[in-house]
Amino acid sequence: MDRAEVDSKIRELIGPFNKKGVEIQDSTTFVGDFEFDSLTVMDFVAEIEDEFDIIISMNQQAEIENYGQLVDAVTKLQD
Amino acid sequence: MSDTSSPEGTADSGGDLFSKFDDIIAMREGLLATGVEDPFNLVMEKVLSPTRAICNGRDTILLGTYNYMGMTFDPDVVDAGKQALADFGTGTTGSRVLNGTYQGHKECEDALREFYDMDHAMVFSTGYLANLGIISTIAGKGDYIILDIDSHASIWDGCAMGNAEVVPFKHNDIEAMEKRLRRVPEGAGKLVILEGVYSMLGDLAPLKEMVAIAKKYGAMVLVDEAHSMGFIGEHGRGVVEDEGVLDDVDFIIGTFSKSVGTVGGFCVSNHPKFEIMRLVCRPYVFTASLPPSVVATAATSIRKLQHAGNKRGHLWENSRRLHKGLTDLGFQLGTEECQSAIVAVIMPDLERGAGMWEALLKEGLYVNLARPPATPANMTLLRCSLCAEHSDEEVGTILGMFERAGRNTGIIS
Repeated sequence: MDRAEVDSKIRELIGPFNKKGVEIQDSTTFVGDFEFDSLTVMDFVAEIEDEFDIIISMNQQAEIENYGQLVDAVTKLQD
Repeated sequence: MSDTSSPEGTADSGGDLFSKFDDIIAMREGLLATGVEDPFNLVMEKVLSPTRAICNGRDTILLGTYNYMGMTFDPDVVDAGKQALADFGTGTTGSRVLNGTYQGHKECEDALREFYDMDHAMVFSTGYLANLGIISTIAGKGDYIILDIDSHASIWDGCAMGNAEVVPFKHNDIEAMEKRLRRVPEGAGKLVILEGVYSMLGDLAPLKEMVAIAKKYGAMVLVDEAHSMGFIGEHGRGVVEDEGVLDDVDFIIGTFSKSVGTVGGFCVSNHPKFEIMRLVCRPYVFTASLPPSVVATAATSIRKLQHAGNKRGHLWENSRRLHKGLTDLGFQLGTEECQSAIVAVIMPDLERGAGMWEALLKEGLYVNLARPPATPANMTLLRCSLCAEHSDEEVGTILGMFERAGRNTGIIS
């Protein structure tokens, strides 16, 4: 899957978690903009991991602050 | 994606490093402003027995101390401590690997080896240090730790202190655990961390299934049995014994500050190279060892716990009776069935939880108030832990106190 395909898949997956209907850009942050708490992060990460059959360890999650970084990380991990 | 590094906490702090605590300071002030007695500042002026104390001036039944087997006032245990204090002094003033290993430390480790029937036992200064030390030392760079999301803080801190990749899975979800194990890159070392009893809700891990899956994927398994030692399993070896997987587990972590009745932590293992831990595990090396009186009381208590079948039976009776009684009164509990000696009563929110906690304290009952973020799903809990020394009459009294306090605060109707 190339970056654009990963992007559209993650956009689909984030829908149910984006309760405030925040407009998604690469710079949209998970904590500040989406207002995810730690439980939401866990459920959301699990969805992505299952969809792409990858592990996003907590160490990697700590480096991911915004949507664009997540798409980059997943694109690389599922290669 | 971690919410610990929220921008609100870091930006514009004006140089005061304490700005990051403003949210929790506000939460605490908000709670105290309601006039409730401070749940996190209780003082026990006198301790009368494992189940009774004078708390904030009131004669109080203790139902939140994890003193499961009531060993804190056992005459043999107290005598062993007094004797060691007289014979060996008040403290070792040194590390286990320098001047801090006395005869008593060896005897305490002997008692643990016998208790678990395992080859190696290593005593740490607290249970927290045991998890911190073992986890951070054995799982290194490039290794993977697969752990339950509801793991105790000492487990998380052990992960944070080490360099392994940390991969949590949903609480007690066997399938989620297996998926993560399957995705670990080939050749990487794997450590699965589980707890026998999870202390917030008092529920058990499905260890039989989980340990089998961990082994199938070639992972080493560490189980924290802090809340089960002494009374779950035929010999009190914990949920691993009860589920028949003791021999498949690589490391058991435990504590002396619950059933054993003093302070300290340990790891037992059959790993042939285990003894090297004493040289490479920093939270073991770079702290003073336990005082001689503490290891003497621990060793005596552990040996008595090996033959405590009757006490185990009474503790189960107490736990089941409290669980059923509270359910019948209409309280919402953390588990549908009684699974351990922890009975967690779920409160609607922190404010009403603190109100109920205070009402119980005024009735003369102490329980733990547990609040987010220590609790799963941001719940506020009144956590009750029973003791084998609670009498039948006391359990009846406790239920009466819950009924009155629950009606007065509107938690039950």
